Amino acid sequence: MTMESAVADTEGATREPVLSLKGVSKGFGAVRALTDINLDIYPGEVVAIVGDNGAGKSTLVKILAGVHPQDSGTIMFDGQVVSIPTPTASRALGIATVFQDLALCDNLDVVSNLFLGREIRNGLSLDEEEMEQRAWSLLRQLSAKIPSVRIAVASLSGGQRQTVAIARSLIGEPSVVILDEPTAALGVAQTAEVLNLVERLRERGLGVLLISHNMADVQAVADRVVVLRLGRNNGDFHVADVSYEEIISAITGATDNVVTRRASAHAGSASAAAAAADASGTGTVESGITEDFRTHETPAPGTEENPQS
Amino acid sequence: MTSPSETPAERAADLQDERLVRTEGLRGAVLAFRQRVRGGDLGSLPVIIGLVVICVIFQILNPNFLSANNLVNLTLQCAAVGTISIGIVLVLLLGQIDLSVGSVSGLAAAILGVGLTQLKWPVALAVIVALVVGAAIGYLYGLLFTRFGVPSFVITLAGLLAFLGLQLKVLGPNGSINLPYDSWIVQFAQATFLPPWAAYALAVIAAAALFLSDYSRSRRRRKAGLSTGALSVMLLKAVLLLILLLLAVSYLATDRGLGAMFLLFVVLVVVMNYFLTRTKWGRSVFAVGGSVEAARRAGIRVNRVYISVFILTSTFAALGGLLASARLTSASLSSGGGDTNLNAIAAAVIGGTSLFGGRGSAWSALLGILVIQSISSGLTLLNLDSSIRYMITGAVLLLAVIIDSLSRRSRASHGQA
Ligand SMILES: Nc1ncnc2c1ncn2[C@@H]1O[C@H](COP(=O)(O)OP(=O)(O)O)[C@@H](O)[C@H]1O
Ligand SMILES: [Mg+2]
Repeated sequence: MTMESAVADTEGATREPVLSLKGVSKGFGAVRALTDINLDIYPGEVVAIVGDNGAGKSTLVKILAGVHPQDSGTIMFDGQVVSIPTPTASRALGIATVFQDLALCDNLDVVSNLFLGREIRNGLSLDEEEMEQRAWSLLRQLSAKIPSVRIAVASLSGGQRQTVAIARSLIGEPSVVILDEPTAALGVAQTAEVLNLVERLRERGLGVLLISHNMADVQAVADRVVVLRLGRNNGDFHVADVSYEEIISAITGATDNVVTRRASAHAGSASAAAAAADASGTGTVESGITEDFRTHETPAPGTEENPQS
Repeated sequence: MTSPSETPAERAADLQDERLVRTEGLRGAVLAFRQRVRGGDLGSLPVIIGLVVICVIFQILNPNFLSANNLVNLTLQCAAVGTISIGIVLVLLLGQIDLSVGSVSGLAAAILGVGLTQLKWPVALAVIVALVVGAAIGYLYGLLFTRFGVPSFVITLAGLLAFLGLQLKVLGPNGSINLPYDSWIVQFAQATFLPPWAAYALAVIAAAALFLSDYSRSRRRRKAGLSTGALSVMLLKAVLLLILLLLAVSYLATDRGLGAMFLLFVVLVVVMNYFLTRTKWGRSVFAVGGSVEAARRAGIRVNRVYISVFILTSTFAALGGLLASARLTSASLSSGGGDTNLNAIAAAVIGGTSLFGGRGSAWSALLGILVIQSISSGLTLLNLDSSIRYMITGAVLLLAVIIDSLSRRSRASHGQA
C-alpha cells in the first residue's frame, strides 16, 4: 500500500496519533474562524502551526484547551472521540496548554507556581520539601537554567518565565503540550533555551503543538508544519523537505496555484477520511498527503497556473 | 555544611547553579536578609523599627509609657481591634477591602448585649449567634462580589451603612446595654490573666515549637536532598525568642500579667499565619491576590477563595466586636463606631500587608495594632486629646502606605515586582 509506505519513514508512523482533529469548524457569529480543519499529532512529534494574523491559530488552541468547543467536527484523543467543554476537561485528558500570556503569579515563588492548584499535601500542610525536590528534578530533566526555585517568579527573565510555564504544564503528566507563541517575546539566547526545551519535550515522547510566527524557530525545532490560511488547512509539510519560501507562500497564499490545489486535495481526502471514521486509516491518509506534497512539490512559487482557483 | 571545593553533584539539589551566591551559616543568614531588604522585600522591618522609635520617643516624654501597668493595658486595648484587623489582612491579600468591619463588630456587640440581657440567652449562645451573623454577612458579600462583580469597596460601603442601621435596630430605643459583669465573656476580657508559671511555660513552649518546626523542616529538606539552614541559626532564633518572651512575661508579671484576651488574639494570629503560609487554601489566597487569571487557569476555584475570605473577615469582625464590648462591659450605639473601622484597616497596612494584594502576613495585624495603640496610649499619657491622636495615626498610616508603594517600586526596579 503506497500510503503505508509513504509514512513508514516518519516517526510515529506505526503508532496512532495521540490527538487527531477531523473536519473541525468554529464560527464567531458571521466570522468563520475555522473551517474543516484536519490535524494529527503523533507522540514524540513537534507539529508547528503557522499562519497569518487571524488565520485561526489561537482559535484552534482554545478549542483544544477547552476555552470554547468546536461547532462541528470530531476530536479524537488516543483513538477515542472526546469532547472538551472546559479547561479542566482538557487538562484531565492530558492536554497541557501554555498560553501566550503565561499566567504565572508574580508574587509566588517558582515552586508555588509550578504546583499551583495541584499542591502536594502532607495531611493539612503543604509538603514543601517534596514539591521543591520534584521541582528541581523536573527542571533538571528539562535542563532548565533557573538558579533558585525559592525566588519570586517576577525576578526571572522572560525565557525563565517561559520555562516555568512549560515545566508547570508537565506537572500533570500530559501527553500533548500546546505552546502558543512561546518565543514571541524572547531574545536570541532565551529563544534557544525554549527551543531546547521543546526538543526535550519531544524526547519525553510528548506530542507538541507549537504555534509560532517565527519561521526560523519552526524550521529549527518542528517535525511537521501545518499551515492555516483564513481558517482552512493550507498545507502540511515535513520540515526537512520544505523550503522557507514554500512555507511563506502557503501562509500568504502568494502561490495560489500550488497551494490551493494541494489544499483542496487535502480537504477532499480528509473529509473522505472523516466519513470513513477509522482512526488508523485517517492517520495514514493525512501522512499520505504529506508525501504527496513532497513528491510533487513545485520548486518555485508562481510557476504553475491554477486551473480552478 | 558544604565546602566550596566539592563538585556540583555533591551539593544539595537547590544549590547547584553556579550563579547562586552561596551563603551559609549565621553570616549567610545575615547576608541573605540584607540582600532581601535591598531588593525591596522589606517584610516586617519598617514596622518593627517604627515600633521601637515610638517606644523610645514616648518613654522619653513620659516615663510611665513603658511601665508594666501601661503595657498590660496596651495589650488589652490591642486585642479587639487587632482581631478585626486579622480579617482585614485576609481581604487585603486578595486585593479587596472590607469597609464594614466596624459596623459588623458593632452589630455583634448589640446581639451579645440584647441576647444576654433581654433574651436571657446563655453567653455561649449569644456568642455563637453573633459569630454566625458575622459569617452570614461575609457570605452575602462573597455572593454579591462573585455573582455580580460589584467592587468590594462598594458592597462593603453599603454594608457599613446597612449593618450600622441593623445595630441600632437590634439595640432598640435604649441605645445602650450594660453586660452582666459576672458573665464569663466579660470576666475573660477584663479579669482573666495567666498565672506567671503558665505564662513562663507558654514562653518556653513557643520557643521550643519554633525550634522544633525549624529543625524538623531542615531534616525533611536533608532527606529530600535539599540544602538546610545552619543549626546555629535555628538555635539562635529560638533562644532569642525565648529570652524576649521571658523578659516580656516577667515584666508584665510585675503588674497583672499576660491577659487572656491578648493571648487569644496572638493565638489567632499564629493560627491564621499557619493557614496562610502552610496550606493549600492559603496558597490560593496569595495566588488570587497576585493574579486572578493565573489562579483561575491553574484550576483554583477563585470564587470559593473570595467567599471564604469574606466570610472569615466578617467573622473576625464579629469576634472583635464581642471582645470589645466585653472589655467595655457594654454594647451601645457607639460600639464599633468612631475609629474602629479605620484603625483595623490602618493596622493591617501599617503592619506591612500590601494594599495591592498578594503580599502580607497575619503578623501584620499584631504589629500594626501595636503601633496604633502605642501612639494612642502614649498621647493619652501626655494628656493630648484625640484630635492630635487622629492626626498622628493618619500620618503614620500615610507613611506606611508610602513605604508599601516605595518597596513595590523598588521591587519593580530590582525586577521583582
Ligand atoms: N472570541 C471571538 N469572537 C469573535 N471573533 C473571534 C473571536 N476569537 C477569534 N475571532 C476571529 O476569528 C478569526 C481567527 O482568530 P485567531 O484564532 O485569533 O487568529 P490567529 O491566532 O491565527 O491570529 C479572526 O478573524 C478573529 O477576529
Ligand atoms: Mg493568535
